[in-house]
Amino acid sequence: MLSNIGISLVVLVLILSFLIIYTASLDLKTSNKVIKKNIYKLSLFQITFTVLSFFTLIIGFINSDFSLINVYENSHTAKPFFYKIAGTWGNHEGSLLLWVNILVIFSYLFLVFNHKHDKKFRLYTLIFQNILILGFLFFLLLNSNPFNSIYPIPLEGLGLNPILQDPALAIHPPLLYVGFVGCSIYFSAALASLLSDYGGRLFAQSIKIWVKISWVFQTLGIIVGSIWAYYELGWGGFWFWDPVENASLLPWFAITALMHSLIVLEKRNTLYHWVIILCLSTFTLSVTGTFLVRSGILNSVHTFASDPSRGIYILLFLSFMIFSALTIFFLKHKKETYNFNLRSRETFILSNNWFMAFFLVTVLIGMLYPIFLDVLTDEKISVGPPFFNIVIIPLVVPFMVLMAIGPKFGWIKSQKKIYNRILLLALNAIVINLLIFYFFGKYSLLSNLIFIAAIFLILYSILDIKKFFNNKNKTELPRIISHLGFGLLVFFIGLNHQFSLEEDFNLKVGEIKKINNYKINFEEIKIKESKNYKAVIGNFKLTNFDNNFVQYLNPEIRIYSNPETLTYEAAIKTKITSDFYLTMSNVSRSDYYNIKFQKKQFMIWIWISALMIALGGFMQLILKKNED
Amino acid sequence: MLTKKVKNRILFLTFVFLLSIVALLFIIKSLNKNILYFSSPTEINQREDISFGKAMRVGGMVKKGSITINQKNIQFIVTDFENEILISYSGTVPNLFAEEKGVVAEGRLSDKNFFIADRILAKHDEKYMPPEIKEIIEKNAK
Repeated sequence: MLSNIGISLVVLVLILSFLIIYTASLDLKTSNKVIKKNIYKLSLFQITFTVLSFFTLIIGFINSDFSLINVYENSHTAKPFFYKIAGTWGNHEGSLLLWVNILVIFSYLFLVFNHKHDKKFRLYTLIFQNILILGFLFFLLLNSNPFNSIYPIPLEGLGLNPILQDPALAIHPPLLYVGFVGCSIYFSAALASLLSDYGGRLFAQSIKIWVKISWVFQTLGIIVGSIWAYYELGWGGFWFWDPVENASLLPWFAITALMHSLIVLEKRNTLYHWVIILCLSTFTLSVTGTFLVRSGILNSVHTFASDPSRGIYILLFLSFMIFSALTIFFLKHKKETYNFNLRSRETFILSNNWFMAFFLVTVLIGMLYPIFLDVLTDEKISVGPPFFNIVIIPLVVPFMVLMAIGPKFGWIKSQKKIYNRILLLALNAIVINLLIFYFFGKYSLLSNLIFIAAIFLILYSILDIKKFFNNKNKTELPRIISHLGFGLLVFFIGLNHQFSLEEDFNLKVGEIKKINNYKINFEEIKIKESKNYKAVIGNFKLTNFDNNFVQYLNPEIRIYSNPETLTYEAAIKTKITSDFYLTMSNVSRSDYYNIKFQKKQFMIWIWISALMIALGGFMQLILKKNED
Repeated sequence: MLTKKVKNRILFLTFVFLLSIVALLFIIKSLNKNILYFSSPTEINQREDISFGKAMRVGGMVKKGSITINQKNIQFIVTDFENEILISYSGTVPNLFAEEKGVVAEGRLSDKNFFIADRILAKHDEKYMPPEIKEIIEKNAK
């Protein structure tokens, strides 16, 4: 029943996409200044049916309708209500439907909210966006249909992997999807802009808001994923250079570069082609990431059961996208003159793009090199986290310095004398760094430089905030918040890295372990029965000799029943200055428990500063609205 | 005679070009330093040119009944059903680490039969099998 409704709705959307493309191409030839009413109507129908199809699937999950293979494979009647809903997008087919939903929603919103812009440009955007929609709809129907039915109807589902049953992970995919798939609209708009000759400043204004929206969502999505990995995977860190994390970073670098160069295009009407390239590559990279993850070429934390046929379809579609985009670009691009003065804001913004390009290339090479080598020589290799750390971290130092002073330069040619201020703040940063170095411990030259650059950026941003309170120039504030957030992020990651304590050991119940000035007493274990799992809970007493501070930590080993899975729940106690983190595991039922203890400095501040970066982008969205 | 503007531009482009070459060389050099080669116990046994100091990965199945554990570390035997290697590890093991399950260990060889691991990888899906191990098993376990 639901299967038929769902498939009919999807087919309706498919037909509507064809109709929209057809009517839009007809409308292109007329000389009217406004878009025909029936295109709006068709788009409205399209968005309605798409959203309805998604709700149909959600209803299937809520009612545990196991006549749908997708529900059968990914849900279970005993699953909490909230995770039944979240299960809708916790699997490949459902998330693809979400993907199509976002494509359609952005297509509609772009059509409705850009009425000030050129008709031809809007129509072309609509056409390209609908070609994308068609591409993914065919993929959905032919290869990954969430509405496929199963007969006879099973009585019980297989259940959702328990590590995915988590609030952070329930919102992580939708956030990332809005971020990644939202890029599609300016992919289409970029091609439309080339074809309709609607470039420059106006083009920048038409896509600005969409770039910001998808940037905010991407940033938030990555942060939420990282928070989840921290407390759920039990690895005790927040970033692992895991192939999937890398895949999410690639479009983020591109979109961050785009967000910056878009300002130049809007204010100075230059860099048009570079902006187009960034628009095209952001979405291309999003799809590439999806391709690598879903096809099983990159295996990682994300365990969508992989299937090579998916990979082939996405790869074909991706090649088609890239090929047609490049063709249009080379046929339509025009000569552009660049006139940059070294001491101008645009040069500094461009330098942001160089860094982003460098980071992007690094991550891309680290990710793809093992795949190439495997194909070419059959040699199995992997690229470890040290590679990314060695290449990227040193570059963060000049990057932060430029981030601090860049926004101080005016457009075109700056006359302001700011060298005194730079010198003064740099001196302050060096002194603060030396104090940390002297009182709290020794670290390498590179770490020194990173701390100095981070503090420099923080001080600069704080001065900027002070200025903001004097003259209330609203447009600067979001930028300051984001840049300050980045400075703080690097600063706290640095402190976290330098001053954290980590120890792995094995203990029997009743034994005691001493680490520096801490004593860990493994007092007892308890068994707890819960609704859909059984837990072994350890009771650890942590004592600090110096101040007799006592803290109890209770990590768990959970045995879920459907599907039968073992998970470790870390015990995390968050304090303002540090997190205590303890995981416990058991190997082949021996008396020894395998324990990882960490005291992680300033963890909470890492999350807060990362969220500040996203907040800056969010404020831009809000403040912009007030101005209009 | 080139104008000053053209000259500046050429200078700038050369500079950018050289900079990107340097950046690329830097990336590739660090990449080569940080590659981890994957070997099966049989490959370790047979290869003559194996380097003992360098970080690498070893994978196979955890042999049944081979896991021993004490205060400091965990030891177990990894087998590809032809050859075996003893692995010693002090750290936390992932939740899918178990006897007769696939495992990948990252670390250094101390000799051809003994491997000191600093990281153990076993994936987060009960169905998942690292491709390297799947290949080994398909070859040997017939």
